[in-house]
Amino acid sequence: MWAILSLLVENKPGILFQVTHLFRSRNFNIDSISVGVTENPEFSRMTITTYGDEKQIQQIVKQLDKMIDTVEVKHLDEHKTVYRELIIFKIKVSSANDSMEINKLANAYGGKVHDVKKDSIMVELTATPDQIKAFEELATPFGIIDVARTGVAAMQRSGA
Amino acid sequence: MNNMENMIGAKALMKAMQKEGVKEVFGLPGGANLPMYDELFKSDIRHILVRHEQSAAHMADGFGRVSRKPGVCFATSGPGATNILTGIATAQADSAPMVAVTGQVPVNMIGRDAFQESDIIGMANPVVKYAFQPRDAKEIPEIVRKGFYIAETGRPGPVLLDIPKDVQQNEASMEFPEEFKIRGYHPWTDPDIIHIEKAIEMLLHSDKPIILAGGGTIISSAFAELQAIAEMLMIPVVTTFKGKGAFPENHPLSLGPIGMHGHAEANKVMTEADCVLAIGTRFSDRSVGTFEEFEKGLKIIHMDVDPAEIGKNQTTQVAVVGDVRASLRIMLKLLTKRAIKKNDDTDWFKHVKEEKQYWRENLKIHPGEMSAAKILRKLREVLPHESIVTTEVGQHQMWASLFYDVIHPGTFFSSTGLGTMGWGFPAAIGAKVARPDVPVVDIAGDGSFNMTENSLATSVLEDIPVIVFLINNFTLGMVAQWQRTFYDRRMIGVDQKHCPDYCKLAESYGAQGIRAQSLDELENAIKAGLKSDVATVIDIPIDPEEDVLPFVAPGTSLKDMILPS
Repeated sequence: MWAILSLLVENKPGILFQVTHLFRSRNFNIDSISVGVTENPEFSRMTITTYGDEKQIQQIVKQLDKMIDTVEVKHLDEHKTVYRELIIFKIKVSSANDSMEINKLANAYGGKVHDVKKDSIMVELTATPDQIKAFEELATPFGIIDVARTGVAAMQRSGA
Repeated sequence: MNNMENMIGAKALMKAMQKEGVKEVFGLPGGANLPMYDELFKSDIRHILVRHEQSAAHMADGFGRVSRKPGVCFATSGPGATNILTGIATAQADSAPMVAVTGQVPVNMIGRDAFQESDIIGMANPVVKYAFQPRDAKEIPEIVRKGFYIAETGRPGPVLLDIPKDVQQNEASMEFPEEFKIRGYHPWTDPDIIHIEKAIEMLLHSDKPIILAGGGTIISSAFAELQAIAEMLMIPVVTTFKGKGAFPENHPLSLGPIGMHGHAEANKVMTEADCVLAIGTRFSDRSVGTFEEFEKGLKIIHMDVDPAEIGKNQTTQVAVVGDVRASLRIMLKLLTKRAIKKNDDTDWFKHVKEEKQYWRENLKIHPGEMSAAKILRKLREVLPHESIVTTEVGQHQMWASLFYDVIHPGTFFSSTGLGTMGWGFPAAIGAKVARPDVPVVDIAGDGSFNMTENSLATSVLEDIPVIVFLINNFTLGMVAQWQRTFYDRRMIGVDQKHCPDYCKLAESYGAQGIRAQSLDELENAIKAGLKSDVATVIDIPIDPEEDVLPFVAPGTSLKDMILPS
């Protein structure tokens, strides 16, 4: 299963290393990771997505929780969570029609278009990983030149 | 604030350590920790000089396991720090409390590949419970306080303090805090009574219950509670190797350690049981064989202080998270309230008794006079019960598990997790520092003793007499056994070719070296060692072809135990 983990950690040097090292040494994989300081500068929020069966996910959560610099570790229920990822695609443009089609596609996914050139176009998308995957499949026939993505940021809905 | 005091970082380190009750430090000086050594010189803390930093860490480890307070070791930066890394990893694998203090290059030199610079924080991260690197002298009192707290609470472990040289030298206004908080650290949870009730019901409703006591039982000193519960419920007790001696091995309910080289009766009865109360154990592969096979038809009640151990290797039916002594105390109270007292007329108990008797009488041992079984039984016979025993790593270690019965709980220590050759002798020295009032013996093999034998200098010069009970087969015996068993006798890299002469080696350090070639000579040698003011190495030549049996081959289950033929 795919899991979204939300970690509140001490905002100190070396914590990211400790967290990623734990995944490596316990034989787990990080699918995506995003890190940033919270409204309280003493803490950072890490959002990690990973794959594993239920037992493995439980074990990752426990091992992360055991770390002294993690203040809170949550396995978020994706149905009760707002989660988004930002991605920028550079897509090949072979004709004027391509350019129009890509624009339409970007609009359909709520994306923004940047850096429109004769032979390429950039699309910025903020969406769930599934939506990003769907967009990617539709954009592939044009030719994807490059991709940069942030990893998932997630927050549990109130009362959830 | 009135309790502020101006001093340099190194002095604050000594003062903070003294506040933690530190009286001894094991270590070796170098460029980057000279300011600490200068303050050590001025303090009342005793310095015990080693000849290699790895031994300093093992001594601190042995001290920590016996005293249940963190042992302290000092090393310089770079190679000094990397040399203690094996010792730190050993302590982590066996949950031993330790505070390792390394010197580091000055802050402005960090990251510039300075002379004797190593990123020891980065290297040690996976094998420490926590690591600190203060960048300002005034942080020192608090990190020492926190470091000791983290090392000794919950599931104990090693803490590294890596202190840059300028941070040791700089003066600051120091405050020594009594109170502190670590937001993300919750070492103890109160055991849940409902889960303990469930555990009791499960034990009472099983036909073939068993207790598996792990190292956590020893760490939390839950000896009396364990024994009372076992006797009340008449449940046989097996242990892991690390839990060896959590329960008196001469007790009628004791079956000894299970595992790769467990007692035959322990492995046999363990595989027949239908419900296990597992106390303070991580279900190591060396103890349980294959995880899937172990839990087949077995209900598992798991008590552990570390919630991450629950469900890591085995599926548990009931989990009790908390200090195992606290959990067992609650269990004992609940049992006492219900006035439960089982007697020994159950079919299960009779069967267990028969199995035990059968294997004690029929397990074949090596026929020679100086077989592992006979020499270790001789050691047991001569040594006072309260003596502390450590072991090295290898065949002798497993023979000790099989043939040396621990009678006084918590007097047997070994590198069981990391399996660090060279651990036993320095650990014995550390143990002797913690308990100078009892004899301390390192049950050693020649290959393993080789690795830290220069600790003889420490033992002799620092007046810390221990006995090295050197079971000498002139080979790396365990490797040789595997080559005989699994590699069709293609023997490579195992023959020590009778080098060195251990008696002469001991004498060259000013220690006593005695060769024992008969059981009578052995008895005299042990007695001489017990009386000696200096370390005694008893060199006991044995048959190099003697195997450790029974043997559960790696990747197989306890049911597939190979027995002596």
